[in-house]
Amino acid sequence: MTLRQTLLAGAVLTFAAAGSVSAAELNIACGTVGKGQQLCKEAVAEWEEKTGHTVNVISVPTSTNDQLALYQQILGSGSSDIDVFEVDVIWPGILGSHLLDLSPYTNGAETDHFPAIIENNTYKGKLVAMPSYTDAGLLYYRKDLLEKYGEDKPATWQELTSTAQKIQDAEREAGNEKMWGFVFQAKAYEGLTCDAIEWVDSFNGGSIVSAEGDITINNPQAAEALTMAASWVGTIAPEGVLNYQEEDSRGVFQSGNAVFMRNWPYAWALSQSDDSPIKGKVGVMALPKGGEEGKQTGALGGWQLAVSKYTESPDAAADLVMWLTRKEEQKRRAIEGSYNPTISSLYTDEEILAATPFIGQLQDTFTNAVARPSRATGANYNKVSNAFYNAVHEVLSGKKDAATSLEDLERDLKRIKRRSW
Amino acid sequence: MTLALSANGAGNKRMQKSDLTSARIRSAWLFLSPMLIVLAVVAGWPLLRTIWLGFTDANLTDLSQTTFIGLENYYVTFDGEAYGVLVDPDWWNAVWNTLWFTVVSVSLETIFGLFIALVLNAEFKGRGFVRAAVLIPWAIPTVVSAQMWGWMLHDQFGVLNEILLTIGLISQPIAWTADPDTAMWAVIMVDVWKTTPFMALLILAGLQMLPGDIYEAARVDGVHPVRVFFKVTLPLIKPALMVAIVFRALDALRIFDLIYVLTSNSSDTMSMSVYARQQLVDFQEVGYGSAAATLLFLIVAVMTTLTLMAGNVKLSEDPR
Amino acid sequence: MNQRTKRIIQQTVLYALIACVVILSVFPFYYAILSSFREGTALFSSSILPEIGTLGNYVSVFTEGPFGTNILNSVLVATAVVCLSLFIAVTASYALARISFRGRGLLLMTILSVSMFPQVAILSGMFELIRALGVYNSLLGLIIPNTVLTLPFTVWVLTTFMRELPKELEEAALVDGASSWVIVRRVFLPLMWPALVTTGLLAFIAAWNEFLFALTFTLSNEVRTVPVAIALMSGASEFELPWGNIMAASVIVTVPIVVLVLVFQRKIVAGLTAGAVKG
Repeated sequence: MTLRQTLLAGAVLTFAAAGSVSAAELNIACGTVGKGQQLCKEAVAEWEEKTGHTVNVISVPTSTNDQLALYQQILGSGSSDIDVFEVDVIWPGILGSHLLDLSPYTNGAETDHFPAIIENNTYKGKLVAMPSYTDAGLLYYRKDLLEKYGEDKPATWQELTSTAQKIQDAEREAGNEKMWGFVFQAKAYEGLTCDAIEWVDSFNGGSIVSAEGDITINNPQAAEALTMAASWVGTIAPEGVLNYQEEDSRGVFQSGNAVFMRNWPYAWALSQSDDSPIKGKVGVMALPKGGEEGKQTGALGGWQLAVSKYTESPDAAADLVMWLTRKEEQKRRAIEGSYNPTISSLYTDEEILAATPFIGQLQDTFTNAVARPSRATGANYNKVSNAFYNAVHEVLSGKKDAATSLEDLERDLKRIKRRSW
Repeated sequence: MTLALSANGAGNKRMQKSDLTSARIRSAWLFLSPMLIVLAVVAGWPLLRTIWLGFTDANLTDLSQTTFIGLENYYVTFDGEAYGVLVDPDWWNAVWNTLWFTVVSVSLETIFGLFIALVLNAEFKGRGFVRAAVLIPWAIPTVVSAQMWGWMLHDQFGVLNEILLTIGLISQPIAWTADPDTAMWAVIMVDVWKTTPFMALLILAGLQMLPGDIYEAARVDGVHPVRVFFKVTLPLIKPALMVAIVFRALDALRIFDLIYVLTSNSSDTMSMSVYARQQLVDFQEVGYGSAAATLLFLIVAVMTTLTLMAGNVKLSEDPR
Repeated sequence: MNQRTKRIIQQTVLYALIACVVILSVFPFYYAILSSFREGTALFSSSILPEIGTLGNYVSVFTEGPFGTNILNSVLVATAVVCLSLFIAVTASYALARISFRGRGLLLMTILSVSMFPQVAILSGMFELIRALGVYNSLLGLIIPNTVLTLPFTVWVLTTFMRELPKELEEAALVDGASSWVIVRRVFLPLMWPALVTTGLLAFIAAWNEFLFALTFTLSNEVRTVPVAIALMSGASEFELPWGNIMAASVIVTVPIVVLVLVFQRKIVAGLTAGAVKG
């Protein structure tokens, strides 16, 4: 018996058992990157075997912006070319009108996941996506350098600033010309919105637009946060940080040329790879507070799975989504790929903690992460984010001071809002 | 033509000529038909659709709910505030960026292209190899070369800073693509690097079609080579040069991918196409973005007409 | 200064200029080759000296996806685009350059105006058209839009060149009663080699490098072209860029173009003789 015959026989059996109709053929875009794609393919293959449907895994652009553009193109034309999508945490509001309501298919499974994410994935009362994994901004630091200069892990951004300055100066004195104190992402793109909302929120400056849809960004705490960030550029952070994305900052940090780095959890495994000059010298913690009164926070990231409204086999596609986001699968992904689960009970799972101790420490960060205002602003989110990161970029590059820039931003946001979001 | 035809006798000359002319015009349309059909079907529909969408409130969220709103995407007042592409400072910033970029980069490319074409037109050993080498920048896909340059221009581990530091031209690394003062120049530099081969190749083809005897005569008469270039070569290759310039300018005015990869949506380098894409895709404002694209089209059309007029190009010139 | 020294100086200056041009053109490519042999943290090094590297990137380029198929797709698409657009452009430019009829200038401007819209603006209209024609996710769905993309350029360049050819050539044939098609084929084509090769080459490269349409109009890896395949290469995690693989792939795809130029440049040189007929 060939493999195909085996599969066929299996399929026939499954149908007989389920009394189902003909086998569906689905296209799924999941896991654009190496490990994630491999995990997705494995899980999809299991599901194919279980149900007898066929699934093609499609590769899409790595850049999330280009991915969104492609999906909008396909969904906008009402095409059924892709049935199941992997969607970013900020997309449910943007793509929501093209996505299928999954609630009839969940059997209450959504109650296991972090409520904040489920709420984020609800568009006009419909659950349009199931969470696959979560992400939050973290602070990476050089354990060895902090020890060498007798410094503690920074509790506040102010401490981080002085520690970074001190170590940078001392290291440069010692001949390490390329050393910088802190690297982050400040290119004018979505990543800067994440970084900046972390600064603002840690100073209790809110999240640009409140959940009710009010524009809250023009406040003194936000101005304080941005003024502080602007003071880093050219002192403890290279001027080039104004065009850095995640990989640029990781490049600097991983070459051993930075004391602190703000980045996503992915950078951890890479910093521990065998050819990494900083292997074993790195620590990870939640981002510092904005002063004594501030709070620890991190921008909420992560990915969900959603079904196109235009799919020809909604039942099969929804079933696939439920299969890929179920507890066992999230556990497997956490152990094999360090993907942070969205099911809280998994954070105390012995096997997961054994494989990646660092997930356990950060549960609080993930649950308390600050969400970008994509729900409140809906389809206008990208405009809001664009206005925000441009305003922040102007402050960072010294073109405007924080107060003026925030005032201008408030006016721009009001223009975008007009009557309602 | 008269010379050749006069052999046929004066009597039937007039009649034969008009017969021949109308037959030739018929065959002209026959010859044009494949192109016209392809352009009308494949290009006509998307272009007209874009212009139409510019007058609607189309949004990617739901394209079926599209209504005609007249010129509101271009200009409208609402609660005492003016909205629309025409009053958007970002749009005008993008227009100036694009014009500045186009003028500088196309001028530089023309000068370098001419220079390289003249060098490549000379006889020397290994000419084939050099021609291939010169074309390499044009041959690398833009998505790749833009990323490659992004890497080489990187402030921390970019090779360009490394070289300049070693030579001693700069004392500390420059953040080429991040610094508002250098970002546009970085884009121009990469564009010039990438598209000069295009110019050079077109000019070279023009040079190759020049008759050799003119140079022979000039050489015998002892005319200085620089004089020969300005008095003989340049006028003769002008038609080819103008076509190259017009198409480069068209591309430059629509520049998108290079800027998008190097500096993304940064306002220092935002071009008209980047602006249109941001509205169409990132902001899902299909109507507004189409209006911007239509304005872009109009600006490009005006610029092209001006260039053609400045270059004294006659569109319906007969063969010499 | 005697003739000999003058000649030597001239030659030296010429070769020095050539060297400058070559170094400036090739250096980034050279750097790409260097990077393609580096892996992991070594990629962050900015050394410009070659070192003993790894072939790992080249191996993984071909093993991780159908990269061979992608190259073949690109070759097929680019070749078809060149043939189609040269055929359409030669016929059209003959009419535009050699036959005088009303509305010729306007027609040339209309053709040019196709190149005046930003690609991103016509993307969604083109997408609907491709789907309506039923050629979505197929090579034909790439050939059609790419032909339209290169057509205005080829028509204009060939029209300019054809206009430059002497009138007498055609008249002799006309008197002999040759049809327009025969004139194009027998009289003009042999003289147009430099222009044909040049425009063909530029159209080939344009189609070879086209990204936005190729990305939007294809879905499965098997019908994707090289630039899309390269752009879709991914690292092991979300934000990680597989720099080594991308560089290796770029080196691989640039080589055919270089070979193409080396082969066809003789044809460009052949144009030197074209001037003879004019005198």
